[in-house]
Amino acid sequence: MNPPPVRQARSALSLWGERAIEWIIRLCGISAVIFVFSIFLFVFLEGAPLIPDLNWIQVIFSPEWYPTSRSNVRYGVGAMIIGTLSVTGLAMLFAVPFGLGAAVFVSEFCGGRLKETLKVVIEMLAAIPSIVWGFIGLSVMNHLIQTWLPAPVGLNLFNAALLLALMSVPIIVSIGEDALKAVPDSYREAALALGATRWQTVYRVLLPAARNGLLAAVLLGVGRAIGETMAVLMATGHAVNIPTSLFDPIRTLTATIAAELGETAVGSPHYRMLFLIGLMLFSITFVVNLLADLAVRGVRRQ
Amino acid sequence: MNPPTFTATPHVLRKLRRERLAALVLSGMVLAMVLPLFAIVAYLVVKGAPLINWAFLVTNPTDGMRAGGIWSALVGTVYLVVIALLVAAPIGVLCAVYLNEYARESWLTRLINLAVVNLAGVPSIVHALFGLGAFVLFAGLGRSILAASLTLAIMTLPVIIASTKEALNAVPLSFREACWNVGASRWQTIWRVVLPNSISGILTGVILQVSRTAGETAPIMFTGAVFFKKVADGALFPYALTDQCMALSMHLYTVTTQVNNAPEALPYAIAVVLLGAVLLVNATAIIVRSYLRSRKKW
Amino acid sequence: MPRLPLSRHLRATLWLSGCLVLMLGAGGGCGAGASRSKPRPTVIQNIGSDTMVNLAQAWAEAYQGVAPNLSVEVSGGGSGLGIAALMNGTADVANSSRHIEPEEEAKGAQRWGIKPREFLVGFDALSIYVHKDNPITEISMEELHEIYAEGGRIDRWSQLGITNIPNARTDRIIRVSRQNNSGTYQYFRDVVCGKHTDFKLGSLDMNGSKDVVELVSRTPGAIGYSGLGYRTENVKMIPVSPRKGARAVLPNIATTLDRSYPISRPMFMYTPGQPPPHVLAFLEWVVSPAGQSIVERIGYIPMPPKEAAP
Repeated sequence: MNPPPVRQARSALSLWGERAIEWIIRLCGISAVIFVFSIFLFVFLEGAPLIPDLNWIQVIFSPEWYPTSRSNVRYGVGAMIIGTLSVTGLAMLFAVPFGLGAAVFVSEFCGGRLKETLKVVIEMLAAIPSIVWGFIGLSVMNHLIQTWLPAPVGLNLFNAALLLALMSVPIIVSIGEDALKAVPDSYREAALALGATRWQTVYRVLLPAARNGLLAAVLLGVGRAIGETMAVLMATGHAVNIPTSLFDPIRTLTATIAAELGETAVGSPHYRMLFLIGLMLFSITFVVNLLADLAVRGVRRQ
Repeated sequence: MNPPTFTATPHVLRKLRRERLAALVLSGMVLAMVLPLFAIVAYLVVKGAPLINWAFLVTNPTDGMRAGGIWSALVGTVYLVVIALLVAAPIGVLCAVYLNEYARESWLTRLINLAVVNLAGVPSIVHALFGLGAFVLFAGLGRSILAASLTLAIMTLPVIIASTKEALNAVPLSFREACWNVGASRWQTIWRVVLPNSISGILTGVILQVSRTAGETAPIMFTGAVFFKKVADGALFPYALTDQCMALSMHLYTVTTQVNNAPEALPYAIAVVLLGAVLLVNATAIIVRSYLRSRKKW
Repeated sequence: MPRLPLSRHLRATLWLSGCLVLMLGAGGGCGAGASRSKPRPTVIQNIGSDTMVNLAQAWAEAYQGVAPNLSVEVSGGGSGLGIAALMNGTADVANSSRHIEPEEEAKGAQRWGIKPREFLVGFDALSIYVHKDNPITEISMEELHEIYAEGGRIDRWSQLGITNIPNARTDRIIRVSRQNNSGTYQYFRDVVCGKHTDFKLGSLDMNGSKDVVELVSRTPGAIGYSGLGYRTENVKMIPVSPRKGARAVLPNIATTLDRSYPISRPMFMYTPGQPPPHVLAFLEWVVSPAGQSIVERIGYIPMPPKEAAP
């Protein structure tokens, strides 16, 4: 949006003032780029000195995490990678159908007041802090799972996945709803004119048309679940363990940093290893968000 | 001849049955999301209710955090949120102004947009690592309120940018054109016309971030929040910016995991206060938004 | 121009945020101002062991009554963090649930010229907890080693002869442990697993001493270790014998002080060299009967009267 060039008698002061403000605005404009870059840089620099000392095959595939051992220090994060993936995967198994289903319902099956109310409720659900979710997992769900399900311990994969699902559903719903809203009404009208019911319209027309946006919604949900920290710290059981059942305790990458960073001496190899785990997380979520962004871009191009 | 009567063929019947089934299943899915919200809030309130009263809010924790209230944590959270948003809001709004009003479609805007999207996706624990590396150690702020709020500010920045951009975008181009036509410069247009007309949207976006900032734990755990800090009961400004502070979210975490023999209701009460504050702020933002939307005339 | 009145909102917002900045600034200033009129309380920074943080907290609170003009600020973070803070001057007193390590001492002496002074302030006994329905009556150090240490062979309750835990749903022993850089974890590893052996993988590593007891109290098949002070009525503390066949004892003041309970450790406070008078006064009060009575109330083991003499 460009104004036409204006010639006008203005005081030098106001001209300089305006120029200064424009520079400030430009600076703020690139602030996001600066911050993303410096996050990468700082996390990388704190972790980098350890990189030459690591055997990466062992780090990524070995489950043996003994950063404070006296005799044999081992930095294997394999179990945590599997933990993160399994809890995210299971959470998405719950969250994707429910999230997309709710998005379809909110966008197509209800209108007026109900729609506004539901959107507000979903916003509220998204606002519950992760520490409160973690507390619920630790005190309420732990007890429920222990009492009603055949689980030897209440803090486990299932508990955390349920919490993560509830936490990522609001994102999936709101982005998914946006994607459905972006489908032109003429599509709906054409389907109606052919005698399709709402469900047929959704199933045959809207879902294929909004495919990319819905994919982005799911990916952003995945990103949220991978990056979640406090809730999984409190609800997974925090055990370095490769899960073999739904009710096994696990440990995630994020929780490991949160649990161990506080007491680690700055500059020690353990401290640097935690930053390298952070770097891994940063890269994983970066890729996931990039994919989501590409998917959204695909929508716009249509 | 009689008008043709419309009889439902088996095909139509099946179609309608499916429609009903779909509506039922989908509404069930919505219920499955909504019910937990109410169940959780209700459960927490019932369990925490015995402890919650005015004195609980304005007195400090005593007896190793087993008794007393949560004042020092409450006020610490207010400090963190206010400072974080005072930093993030101007930067975020100006960044959105740049993207929406100044920048043309170029590789730079694409890069900025990409950065905003990715900044929003950075896990909170990575923000914590960054805060520790950049503010606490590199900038030499130490573990302090300042370091913690700056970390939180960067975390909220992308969302403020996105919501502000949306608000600015909603101002019709014709407003700007009218302004340019009377000879206003670009900044004058933004200052006198664009920002005043989008301030409600911008404010709502910022207020919604209050709740997110207040609830975060991971980013402040290593940058400025402490287990316990003594302040005067009910003091309004107990902390200096270089102090460490307590925060509600952190307090909930420590009481849940470390404080033994605390009354059973205590963590529930803290959770209720945190949740209540967050939901109250959110509800305010939503009410303000719908009120201002209804007043909008274009 | 369209709808200028709304710019009032904008202006109001700016005023409001301006006022907030001023208020916060003034708040800091007025805090400082208030302290100028009253003598500002002297602060003792006390950082360190999470095991001792509850205790240090209680001391800090009680010491308010003894010396109202002195404020002790306590924060946790671990023994290592406390000693590091002591060495670089950010702490006046470091709490540690282990002896200072020679490397730490050497580093402090070399970089800062500090020779830390040690004060013994009490003992902590690590109790072994199981669910209250667990019928187990005692456990030996060897069995604990087999359960917890890497390469240990016991991972089912039936191997200990326990087959009838109600509601356990599994024979597997669910090991509850602590995060790997806590002082408690390291002490337990040194005593139970052996100095050069690590823990078995797959234990649930909790972040706080209370967390361990809480989880054990909710999980029938679990075993865990935590401070004596964290006992609740929902868990069972089991007697430990130093060797299989030897007499198993429960942790308490007597068994800790005569060293018959095998998993107990001293708790220390360190100062950088000879402490200034107000810090020394605090530490002397800590080891006095008044300070030691708090140790017992919080659930740790106070020093015997002869050791408590300065």
